[in-house]
Amino acid sequence: MNRRNFISSSVLSSITLAIGTTVVYGKVIPVGYTPIAMQEPDPFKLFNISEQMNVLNDRPWNIESKAHLLNDMVTPNKYMFIRNNGIMPEDINVDTWKLKVEGESALSSKEYTLSDLKQKFKHYTYQLTLECGGNGRKEFNPPAKGNQWGVGAVHCSNWTGVRLKDVLDDVGLKPNAVYVAYYAADLHLSRNPEKEPISRGVPLSKALEDETLIAFQLNGEDIPIAHGHPLRLVAGGWPASVSGKWLTRIRIRDVVHDGAKMTGQSYRVPKNPVAPGEIVDDKDMVIIESMPVKSLITSPKTGAVLTKNRSLKIKGHAWAGDLKVNKMEYSIDFGSTWKPCSLSDPINRLAWQHFEAKVDFPENGYYEIWARATDSNGKSQPMIIPGWNPKGYLNNACHRIAIKVEV
Amino acid sequence: MQPDQFNKQLKLLRNGLCLFVIALMSLGGFVVLYTFYPESSLFTVKEANQKQFETSDSLSVPLVNSQEGEYDLETGFIEDVGMSAVVNNCTNCHSARLVTQNRMSREAWKATIKWMQETQNLWDLGEKEPIILDYLAKNYAPESKGRRQNLTIDKWYVLEQ
Repeated sequence: MNRRNFISSSVLSSITLAIGTTVVYGKVIPVGYTPIAMQEPDPFKLFNISEQMNVLNDRPWNIESKAHLLNDMVTPNKYMFIRNNGIMPEDINVDTWKLKVEGESALSSKEYTLSDLKQKFKHYTYQLTLECGGNGRKEFNPPAKGNQWGVGAVHCSNWTGVRLKDVLDDVGLKPNAVYVAYYAADLHLSRNPEKEPISRGVPLSKALEDETLIAFQLNGEDIPIAHGHPLRLVAGGWPASVSGKWLTRIRIRDVVHDGAKMTGQSYRVPKNPVAPGEIVDDKDMVIIESMPVKSLITSPKTGAVLTKNRSLKIKGHAWAGDLKVNKMEYSIDFGSTWKPCSLSDPINRLAWQHFEAKVDFPENGYYEIWARATDSNGKSQPMIIPGWNPKGYLNNACHRIAIKVEV
Repeated sequence: MQPDQFNKQLKLLRNGLCLFVIALMSLGGFVVLYTFYPESSLFTVKEANQKQFETSDSLSVPLVNSQEGEYDLETGFIEDVGMSAVVNNCTNCHSARLVTQNRMSREAWKATIKWMQETQNLWDLGEKEPIILDYLAKNYAPESKGRRQNLTIDKWYVLEQ
């Protein structure tokens, strides 16, 4: 029996109300409200993820990873953050699923089944860094509205699919095409089918990059429901919200797309820097494109106590949106001096890079290890929280872990 | 006299029967609910929710802002005047966690409500709006965090070297 139907049947909800007043520590369950435990199953089982993941929000589901869980070179599903704007589609039939490609700047309008896509176009696999635009929001002061992400809203997994540009080429582009938008099968939180929870997209130049995929596989398997089963648009290096899940329609636009969460203040930052807490007009906000340079120390987990020797190997990843990371450094003296880390090349463009270093501590005591990446344009991560913005996006302040040396 | 007494007794009997039926229905409801839904929070709520608070690492209900404050076990909201209005109006589309993890001034909470009304199908809150705003502004007000906070460590551990 479906839990939701069971609970919402009028007979039982009145029983719930009747006994709610007498049994449950004298508290009235408000009319129409079903307790969290009744609404949804265990998220860790539901999404097959680690119980160490941090559930920020259960309706919609927003679940965060942690620095030390992201130590794998390729992020497995169990440690991938989950970010939703709406309600995930419930009944997905892969046999009847269709992707429609159309728009005012399309030369034709075509519909593809999953097998059409898989058979007609060449497959590519890329490891792509997807980071939530609001990763790090938690640290902004004054606080910014939204899910309070710490450092774990990033992953870099393998995506397999067809190139968006091959599909666009099949439909044909008019010369006035400027933006490629997605529409999806998820449902608005209000359950109003007229409303889109989110419909974003990318400028044509990003859409035509080799690495921008219409993906059907994650790490070699069907994409899990939480990450967009059966089809996801994947554009690495940009806020992960441009990588639309449960893809049903692609629209080639002759204007900058104006779908849900494209306009207003969503996924936008002030055009010019503002003072913390300042109110910014919508017209002075610009769409976030490439994400800024950033890095994470993924090993060891913060809070390590060294008791045998004063030397420690650290590991982590660094990424820089559309760019490459050119330099990786660490500091154990709060940024007074910096030492280099070894840094790998990305396995492909838009994949994160791995770093390592051997850290030697001069004496016993409390230390913080700070990590700082520098991108191919010479921009480094700031040590304190970067420019405040109303929605708390793009916090790329250096990652820090705490270590005690007690040898 | 006699019909009056008869009526009185009938009334008493009716009332008694009524109470009995209500009691029986409640009991029946309990049994039905327990049969179909033994893990219901109505039966397990105390342990389950207390556990949730203890293991704040995985399912974190933020315990902030109020030292002696009590928390509603169902939602995690701080118990205070206006909480039921917040539950009734603010948890229909999204869960309480979206509220409790945020900290805003009264103006910012108001702007958030306005944004939800303009874009997210939130209804007019009517006379409840000031009650809701008072509750949110008092219990979920911003605290100054500075430009970078100290690191907090849940648990120090000895690293195998």
